[in-house]
Amino acid sequence: MDFPLFHLDFMGNRMLVAVIAILHVLINHALAVGLAPLVTLLEFRGYLKSKTKPDEGKAWDETARKLMFFAFVITTTVGALTGVGIWFAASLANPASLGSLIRVFYFAWFTEWIVFVLEVIFIMVYYLTWKKSNESPRRKKQHILFGAWLSIFSFLTMAIIVGILGFMMDPGSWVEKKSLVTGFLNPLYLPQLVFRTPVAMMMAGTVALMFVAYVMKKQNQWKTGILKYISFWILVWMPVAASGAFLYYWHIPRAMIGNLPVALGTQQFQDWYSSLVNVMIIVVAIGFAVSILGTFSPRRLPKHLLIIPVVASFLFLGTFERLREFIRKPYVIGEYMYGNGLLVEEYPLYQQTGILKHTPYVSFSEITEENRMAAGEAVFTIACTRCHTTHGISSVVRKFERMYGTENPLNEEAMKIYMQNMHNVRYYMPPFPGNDAELDALAAWIAEQQKHPHKLEGPQIKGVDVKKIKY
Amino acid sequence: MILSVLNQIPIPKDIPLPLPLPEWLLVVIIIFSFLLHILFINLMVGGGILTFWYELRGRANKDYDLLAREIAATITVNKSLAVVLGVAPLLSINVLYTLYFYSANALTGNIWISIVPWVAVAFLFLYLHKYTWDQLADNKPLHLGILGIGVFSFLLIPFIFLTNINLMLFPEKWGEIQGFTDALTLPNVFPRYLHFITACMAITGVFLAYWFGRKNREFESKLETLTKSDIKKQMLTLALATTGMQFIFGPLLFITLPVRGISWGLFWVILGGVTTAVFVIYLLWLMLKEHSPVPGKRFYLLLGLFTVLVACMGTGRHLYRENALSTHKKMMAERTAAHWEEVRKAHENLLLPEVETEEGSFSPGQDLFQTNCAVCHAATARLVGPSMAEVVPDYQNDLDALKQWIKEPGRKRMDYPPMAGFPHLSDQQLTDISNYVLEREWN
Repeated sequence: MDFPLFHLDFMGNRMLVAVIAILHVLINHALAVGLAPLVTLLEFRGYLKSKTKPDEGKAWDETARKLMFFAFVITTTVGALTGVGIWFAASLANPASLGSLIRVFYFAWFTEWIVFVLEVIFIMVYYLTWKKSNESPRRKKQHILFGAWLSIFSFLTMAIIVGILGFMMDPGSWVEKKSLVTGFLNPLYLPQLVFRTPVAMMMAGTVALMFVAYVMKKQNQWKTGILKYISFWILVWMPVAASGAFLYYWHIPRAMIGNLPVALGTQQFQDWYSSLVNVMIIVVAIGFAVSILGTFSPRRLPKHLLIIPVVASFLFLGTFERLREFIRKPYVIGEYMYGNGLLVEEYPLYQQTGILKHTPYVSFSEITEENRMAAGEAVFTIACTRCHTTHGISSVVRKFERMYGTENPLNEEAMKIYMQNMHNVRYYMPPFPGNDAELDALAAWIAEQQKHPHKLEGPQIKGVDVKKIKY
Repeated sequence: MILSVLNQIPIPKDIPLPLPLPEWLLVVIIIFSFLLHILFINLMVGGGILTFWYELRGRANKDYDLLAREIAATITVNKSLAVVLGVAPLLSINVLYTLYFYSANALTGNIWISIVPWVAVAFLFLYLHKYTWDQLADNKPLHLGILGIGVFSFLLIPFIFLTNINLMLFPEKWGEIQGFTDALTLPNVFPRYLHFITACMAITGVFLAYWFGRKNREFESKLETLTKSDIKKQMLTLALATTGMQFIFGPLLFITLPVRGISWGLFWVILGGVTTAVFVIYLLWLMLKEHSPVPGKRFYLLLGLFTVLVACMGTGRHLYRENALSTHKKMMAERTAAHWEEVRKAHENLLLPEVETEEGSFSPGQDLFQTNCAVCHAATARLVGPSMAEVVPDYQNDLDALKQWIKEPGRKRMDYPPMAGFPHLSDQQLTDISNYVLEREWN
């Protein structure tokens, strides 16, 4: 509408955001929030052991350092860049929503930024002074203290972000208060934090276990001791993670059902909610099996199968992340802005007068016989492309084919009726924002897309048309 | 009513939310945090180039290899700070110039987003280079190749940022360009680039003069032919030469700037910067001639002058942006106000009684059917669900069964998707729909 709308016609804009965000969350939880305290603890154990058995202490210290090296390299490259990348990608995928969110969350993100700067400084100090710290016990103690600080700041960055997420998961408060405090007062804030923290610890444990199994030589006599200790770490966090998950699980419907925008969402939500139990049971079972085996018989740990707990614990987090999608749709900002970037308040105007005349990026305002297809494409771009593609992921043609079958060509009239009322039966769809002529052009264009498929290039390839708007 | 007479200038509406802070404060934050960010970017890019140069020279003289290795150690720290310090100016530009920044990003989107993986990979190459120095000591071409990929990326990626920052200033070009390459070849991008790379070298020269001027016995003791003062001399000479070159690139940048953003205020600020640059050059020349100690009195004076210089240029950069966009910003504000007036009227229209009553003699059941059921069910045709003619006979004389089904349906026909339930409809609404469905002829 007010921006040239970046569009990826195969992978879709949402997938772009999802790939970057998921990568970031996994790295952040497993390699920063969880691994910092684990590495610090390993280093501390090494320090204690070195008093009586210098060789063993050295082996522990060296392993901790190597683990930290891995975390240091990944978090300061892919981790840092995907963090910034979420902003880059979100501003391409839905500029109106990110522009609005940043105005409201400026202070929160600014605070987050300060904590983040400190975290980066600590991670550099901690890793880059490691070798020097082995020179004297005094330096070592100091170094371990840095590890503790790093752990605290990693945790703090997460605690703040969860507050922001909490705010976004409470749609009503946006409209009423537009203030951040409600995010921290959200009934899901604490359960989420209580869930995420031990899961991060558990994820870090699974990664460390696999890392040590591969990196340390079999002949190294201290290897089993370290494997045993990491397994024990997982074992300790498992019950916390499981009860955190249960607490979160228990709170979700109580806090959320009332917030689901349309009762129809409840049905799909219930499906997801009941599948959550299965995921929880499987992951917890895997976690317990590995950590008990590793704690009591580390030699028997199957090296090549250690990828399974890593994947399982990553999935664990991922399944819960899906919750936010349920809560927000059809909005991108609760009850304020729909997923297509248009404001709820503006809808009456657009529906009465049509959307095309209000955007500077379509060369015409009125639909005629000649520009009907171009108009359909323009309406699709404004109203649908934030989530749908023509023939790629979340393809609009496929969606209709799945409903109407492929025996007959798509029926324009039927699609029109559907799109006019779809928000009543598909809770996640926003209402159609334009007037009747625009709906007509859109239906015709989708039918044509089925007959003669062609890719819809975004403005990053084909540029934009510009018209002057009278005001 | 103002009519936008200039064709090809898109006038979008602004985000209808207030700024989180007074505008002047945001401006202070953006200028300050951007300069801090760019300082570390300068050190990262300049450090990369110098590492490459000295490692290349190190093939003939071992001392230069040691020097390159010392510089390489600074890059990995500077690059992390550069990224994390970029967040504050990014947040601030997002808030202050939402419409301009995001529009420019979208118009060059695929290249813009490639920054994320590209920078991450470049950083990984730098780590690989840093941590394989000993292993690859006997395979320098490979080791230099790894660094080369990183440094080459550092030299190219600024083009993406500069192209966007330039494009956002000229809304009248948004309708003309098709993709990144068009935006890249707008006048002013290349002069900006030359100005930037030269600044990287000058800032890095000053920083490294200080870095190697500090007491570092361990490093000094390893050197064979090179001395600490040689290094200092090379770094200060680099700073002097590149600052001198800015007297070519600076004016080039200034004269290629579209005149729209140039004002007397901007002129005086830039002139202040240029004057300071003259003093910087004189001081650098003195320091080189008289072998002034670094760090030392003159060096701190140099740092002070550089700070003034950079502050002038940073302010000038912001003033130009403000001047260039001021008319457009005003038009955008006017259009936004007019738009919200229209929105208000549209809401009033909603309150007016429906005019088309002849057609709207629907029964409540028919109304509800149209909005909730007709989406998936037609009279005789198959849509998402089966036709009404097909399903209604199942419920003849069984109103309650139909009501129950609508409220909480199951799945009867395996060749159709399952029906969504309507638990939110009231009992009366369900009765109305069911009555309508059972009473109507569906043929």
